[in-house]
Amino acid sequence: MTDPSDLEDIPGTTVFTAQRSRKGYHLNQFCMSLMKAENRARFKADERAYLDEWPMTEAQKQAVLARDYNAAIAEGGNIYFLAKIFSTDGKSFQEAAGTMTGMTAAQYAQMMIDGGRSPEGMRSIREGR
Amino acid sequence: MARITAGVATSHVPAIGAALDLGKSRDDYWRPVFAGYDWAKEWIAKSPPDVVVLVYNDHASAFSLEIIPTFAIGCAERFAPADEGFGPRPVPVVEGHPDLAWHIAQSTILDEFDMTIINKMDVDHGLTVPMSLMFGQTDAWPVKVVPIAVNVVQYPPPTGNRCYALGEAIARAVESFPEDLDVQVWGTGGMSHQLQGPRAGLINREFDNAFLDRLTSDPDALRRLPHIEYLREAGSEGIELVMWLIMRGALGRSVRELHRFYHVPASNTAVGHIVLEPVAK
Repeated sequence: MTDPSDLEDIPGTTVFTAQRSRKGYHLNQFCMSLMKAENRARFKADERAYLDEWPMTEAQKQAVLARDYNAAIAEGGNIYFLAKIFSTDGKSFQEAAGTMTGMTAAQYAQMMIDGGRSPEGMRSIREGR
Repeated sequence: MARITAGVATSHVPAIGAALDLGKSRDDYWRPVFAGYDWAKEWIAKSPPDVVVLVYNDHASAFSLEIIPTFAIGCAERFAPADEGFGPRPVPVVEGHPDLAWHIAQSTILDEFDMTIINKMDVDHGLTVPMSLMFGQTDAWPVKVVPIAVNVVQYPPPTGNRCYALGEAIARAVESFPEDLDVQVWGTGGMSHQLQGPRAGLINREFDNAFLDRLTSDPDALRRLPHIEYLREAGSEGIELVMWLIMRGALGRSVRELHRFYHVPASNTAVGHIVLEPVAK
């Protein structure tokens, strides 16, 4: 079995563990509601009012309003659920993923065309490899 | 009797579906991706199977956090394309094969795999993008599909070894189905990719190509590969590769590689595609 501390040892990576799933339950379930066109329309019309219908923390709501996906993941969001938010915004997975890296959309797209991010030095915090 | 004739694996990147649906498949960016499937499209058109057992993962479409089945089998008559937040993909409804699906469910459960039986399920890009890559744009899919949905979203997914063993159990089930059917097993997802956090965009060509090699040369090594290795080497979403081992397990001890394609990038992802056929002992 994987040592739980290993899951926290990967640089720039958040594994969707049981603890995070519990913390993010309502945030992720809110995201699921955006799979219905009528809910997307209501959310777009008044994001804050729509979010207030859900038992989410203020930090979770702020992360959604700011489209700060790193913050949303820190609050228990899972990227496949959060995808419903940027799909509602008409944004692609590449645009959304790029926002989490500190790169511009153009820099990120170019990095992918050049072969992606190298795993060298990005495998383990503890072992620095 | 039914028989397993081949295994296919492919990535199932949503942007590939969008590129096809929006008429961008001939753009400079996408042309090489689609060209990598020309061989397999021609191969499968020559003798399409009757049924594809299609292993994929749901991406928070049919399953929210309310219910998270580790292994689920679709036993419905048909499966509609899911609305993933931008409307359903304009692709045909997927026709199921309830007789075979129920038979596989019963057989694998009695073989000690605790499958979840699904009678209503929309299918997302995880299932429909591989269909588009293999069959192109069409008014009706030329095969029936038994969807096998695997949890790889909530940690932990099933182990690679368990996936491989499920593939073996699916093979036993197919081979005991009395109808005369050609069946392919497809494994989808991967290859290396990470969609979240500051490490997003990770690609590992070396890991991916070693994985492709080992499907033929050393599947036992892949069975033993722990989750943490996928996460470190192939990215947080690269762990989808465990699903390829269900396909591999269904093909028996020895396989022959008929075709392989590898390309970076499609959006955030390394596209891998392989066609294998079982070699009789």
